[in-house]
Amino acid sequence: MNDAALHTPESLRSRSEAVAATLPALMADAQHLAATVLLGVHGRKRAGMGDEFWQYRPAQAGDGYRQIDWRRSARSDGHFIRQTEWQAAQSVMLGVDDAASMTFTGHRNRPSKLRRAQTLAMALAIVSVRGGERVGLTHLAEPPRGGTAQLMRMAQALMDSDALGDYGAPKPQTMPMGGRAVFLSDFFGDIAAIEAALGRAADREVKGALVQVLDPDEEVFPYDGRTVFESMTGAIRFETLKARSLREAYLARLAERKAHLQDLCRRTGWRYHLHHTDQPAEPTLLWLYRALEKVRG
Amino acid sequence: MIGSLAFATPLLLTALIALPVLWWILRAVPPAPIRRRFPGVALLLGLKDDESQTDKTPWWLLLLRIAALAAAIIGFAGPVLNPAAVRTGDGPLLIVMDASWASARDWPDRIERAGLLLDEAGRAGRPVAIVALTDLPPGDLPLQSANAWLPRLPSLVPRPFAPDMVAAADWASGLDGPLETWWIADGLDHPGRGDLTAALRALGPLSVFQGDRDVVALAPPRFEDGEVRVSLTRLGGDAPLALDVVAHGLDPAGIPRDLARNAALFEAGATATEAVFDLPPELRNRITRFEVAGLRGAGTVTLTDDGLQRRQVALIAGGATDEQQALLSPLHYLRQALEPTADLIEGALSDLLLASPDVVILADIATLSPEEEEGLTDWVDRGGLLVRFAGPRLAASDVARDDVGPLMPVRLREGGRSVGGAMSWGEPKRLRPFPDTSPFFGLEIPQDVEISAQVMAQPDPELAARTIASLTDGTPLVTRSSHGQGSVVLFHVTANAEWSTLPLSGLFVQMLERLAISTQPATPEAADLEGTIWTADQVLDGFGTLRDAGTRPGVPGEILAEAPLSDDLLPGLYASDDRRIARNVVTADTVLIPASWPAAVPVEGMRVIAPTDLMAAFLTGALVLLLVDAIASLWLAGRLSGLARGAAVLALVAALPQGGQAQDLSEEDARALLATSEVTLAYVLTGDARIDDTSRAGLQGLSNTLFQRTSVEPAPPIGVDLERDELAFFPMLYWPVTADQALPSAAAYRRLNDYLRSGGMIVFDTRDAHVGGFGSGTPEGRRLRTLAAPLDIPPLEPVPPDHILTRTFYLLQDFPGRHLSRDVWLEASPPDAEAVEGMPFRNLNDGVTPVLIGGNDWAAAWAQDETGRPLYPIGRGSAGDRQREIALRFGVNLVMYVLSGNYKSDQVHVPALLERLGQ
Repeated sequence: MNDAALHTPESLRSRSEAVAATLPALMADAQHLAATVLLGVHGRKRAGMGDEFWQYRPAQAGDGYRQIDWRRSARSDGHFIRQTEWQAAQSVMLGVDDAASMTFTGHRNRPSKLRRAQTLAMALAIVSVRGGERVGLTHLAEPPRGGTAQLMRMAQALMDSDALGDYGAPKPQTMPMGGRAVFLSDFFGDIAAIEAALGRAADREVKGALVQVLDPDEEVFPYDGRTVFESMTGAIRFETLKARSLREAYLARLAERKAHLQDLCRRTGWRYHLHHTDQPAEPTLLWLYRALEKVRG
Repeated sequence: MIGSLAFATPLLLTALIALPVLWWILRAVPPAPIRRRFPGVALLLGLKDDESQTDKTPWWLLLLRIAALAAAIIGFAGPVLNPAAVRTGDGPLLIVMDASWASARDWPDRIERAGLLLDEAGRAGRPVAIVALTDLPPGDLPLQSANAWLPRLPSLVPRPFAPDMVAAADWASGLDGPLETWWIADGLDHPGRGDLTAALRALGPLSVFQGDRDVVALAPPRFEDGEVRVSLTRLGGDAPLALDVVAHGLDPAGIPRDLARNAALFEAGATATEAVFDLPPELRNRITRFEVAGLRGAGTVTLTDDGLQRRQVALIAGGATDEQQALLSPLHYLRQALEPTADLIEGALSDLLLASPDVVILADIATLSPEEEEGLTDWVDRGGLLVRFAGPRLAASDVARDDVGPLMPVRLREGGRSVGGAMSWGEPKRLRPFPDTSPFFGLEIPQDVEISAQVMAQPDPELAARTIASLTDGTPLVTRSSHGQGSVVLFHVTANAEWSTLPLSGLFVQMLERLAISTQPATPEAADLEGTIWTADQVLDGFGTLRDAGTRPGVPGEILAEAPLSDDLLPGLYASDDRRIARNVVTADTVLIPASWPAAVPVEGMRVIAPTDLMAAFLTGALVLLLVDAIASLWLAGRLSGLARGAAVLALVAALPQGGQAQDLSEEDARALLATSEVTLAYVLTGDARIDDTSRAGLQGLSNTLFQRTSVEPAPPIGVDLERDELAFFPMLYWPVTADQALPSAAAYRRLNDYLRSGGMIVFDTRDAHVGGFGSGTPEGRRLRTLAAPLDIPPLEPVPPDHILTRTFYLLQDFPGRHLSRDVWLEASPPDAEAVEGMPFRNLNDGVTPVLIGGNDWAAAWAQDETGRPLYPIGRGSAGDRQREIALRFGVNLVMYVLSGNYKSDQVHVPALLERLGQ
């Protein structure tokens, strides 16, 4: 795991300061990824507050003179009012698990799970901001905001990690009512914490998606021989005499964990997606974009 | 053969007892686990291993390790297969080697045996001296340590003669004892061997090492009944033995080769046999030596000399149709003298000349027809020897009266003279002793030779120099002069006994012999050779290889005839004047007698099984086993991923001693591949870095131009070293001529000629603008003449205006380079090439010129740097640019010409070309 492949906790502050002047590396990745998603106009399909032209309608009693579009009205006898499309901004909250387990990568040419999760989160943020939404991070107490400045703030906040444990759990601090939320994690931690977070989100009518980011090694368990497995911080150890014989049991447990997560999503109306770090990020971003759009509708 | 096994330090083998203990220890230590970071460990918690396998080392791995350790212990104990028997003894040691011609056949065995004996002496710490009996050391015995002798062992060589045992016995009796002697003998009983044995035994114990290989000797060839017979003798005679005898000589092209090969079979028990060659005289006369195929050694090579050569002598007498009595025939005595040693032919002169005889003898023939005279003069100029005898006809004729004809050595006075006859005063004359400038010098003059009549030579300034025998009153009897490569000899008397008694005497035969008309029939006696000095042409070494003699001092004839061979008289071919005598190691009367040793002297064979040190093999085995163990351990511990497993197996295979060798392209192959995969222009490396750079840049520029304008896309040009590189890959060779260029070697010229004959083309560029005209004047021009002299170059002509070179790609009439000279030469067009009516060009459909010679410094005009800009200034302004352009066009035409040959000469293109030419 080299420095470039991973936004390491040690270098977060110095790196975020170093990149503050320019686009952060994360932003570059995310911008690149976001560029692959073609943004359509996704307004509310009715007149309201917004920038985009919606329709001209004949002026009615009660409309102020200031609302009349004189250029249009001058071409006919009646008076017309120019209406814009209602573009109510939605809020998208992003939660990236930055616990130690996320820093794992099975091969030096693969990005760590954390890096992939951060990239996906930022790309989604960029896409959302371009779509006019407000974005924010769940573990911060700040409300979601729109605009490029918010992207920069989020990028820095993503790098400014203070998680210490082996496994993380979504601990949403800010979740606006009726907003959208996305959690990216390997979900190897306590399942109860995830259940609690999703339950709370459902209470606040927040819909969203769980993205489980896994390294291929975690999917196939290609180990053999006498092995001592350690968690990323070294806190948990497990010794086996013949690693290969554990493979079936491990895979069963992993499948069970995935099934549990899917079940959880189904019950709360969330959506579940599995992402592998050896796959490109674009399909997952597209899936996320469409998933959020759907629940939005 | 399985011999005994011994150990240098057997005590170490006790360490093998520890192996079972090691088994127990190794078994107790399981392989260490791998530590892995793995986030999924959370899911693993609580799982149980259903089988516990590798907490103990598997038995086969244990066995592997134990075997590796055992191999190491055995290896360090120093196992030796076939340990040498120990010879006891101490004190100084003398190793005597015969080093004679008879030792040459198994000389490597002898040297190896000597090496083993030296090893033995070295182990025992004894001072050693090695003495070759054919090369006795002067002064004291050179006693040194065995290690000091070992590096000198390979430089010991057998000598091509037998050791002088008498001298050796003298030398041995002067040594101080006690001295143990080991004698590596050749198995022949050289005279005096008994004395030496006795002298050595007086010094101390003597052991003899004698090979069981047979000694074969090849005697000089004899000429009998029209066949050449070569006798072989051998020492032992038990088994039948078939050998091939090969006659070597020059073939008509002057190349040494095997001229004939015949089998000689020793019957079981026989010690002598013969190989018989029935060869035509032309072939026989070319034989230079006989040797036994496959046997090395001076004893199996025998050189031939004049004894085997039979000259073809044409005899012509005046008035051949005269019905004379035999004894009066002008040719009778010549026939008698020459018949045993020469092939005589008689007939008409014009017929005889066609047979190209070595010698033509004209007995009393005065005038020849102009045609005959011309033929004969021509033949003499080409190296023939014409011998004329005087007689009544010659005396009466006007031949050589006023001036010396080409077929007479001197002018003659009219009529001749007669002395001591019935009608004259005085006594018959005798011969004056031969001067030392005469080829007859040293011949004894019998008292009964009397000259009663002769033709007289005109006094002349050159007469004295041309006289090789004269009478006591100083008048010439035999005169000689050279014409061209041959010579003309005139005996001023008749060839019969009419005018003198010379033809009756033995001197007559000897004189003919000295003139190399006849050849001596057998090995010459000392008396025959007295007074002559012989120089060695070629000498044999001990292995029977013929070498150039270099500058060895001359040998007096009597020594050459009789003295035994020694360092001062090596076997070989000795020459004096026109005669050659071979001294061979084995003579016709050489008898091979096996050496006999006193019963008390132990005689050992030469063969010995060298002790084989197995230490390295065992240690290597241990290393390989450990390597296998390392890989197996890694595999057991699961630390080998699939790819690494393959790599490890590969590494194991590579580490094995018999591992396959990777095949790699050699540098030449890579170069050949480069040169053949693309069209590649080449230039000759002259050794002058500036010229070579210009050539490279020039050809690069030309390649660029070709690339841009034509479908020829050449690879970067290659510099060619004529001495090393193969030329066949290159269509064209650009050869800038420098004044101080080194001449290529003969081998390089052979390759160059092969290249030219197989369709290659060399462009010579003297770079001197032809200021001196073709081939002279400038230093480069002169150098070109020397460089090109050995090349196979056809007649040349300046490029004719209708040459294909003027229209292969561009239409050109000038071929400028940096200079603007019109003189560019190439192979002359065939003389019968003629323009068909209405055609502008002659029909020149065959042949690409092998050379193109000019002095315009084309490379400088073509030269471009890496960015494609011209390197050298050409001319002035736009005219210079035009000249460079034309030079490049010439280059394009040249390459097109080389690549497509005379394709453009095809008349199909004529209409189009005519149109463009505006005709």
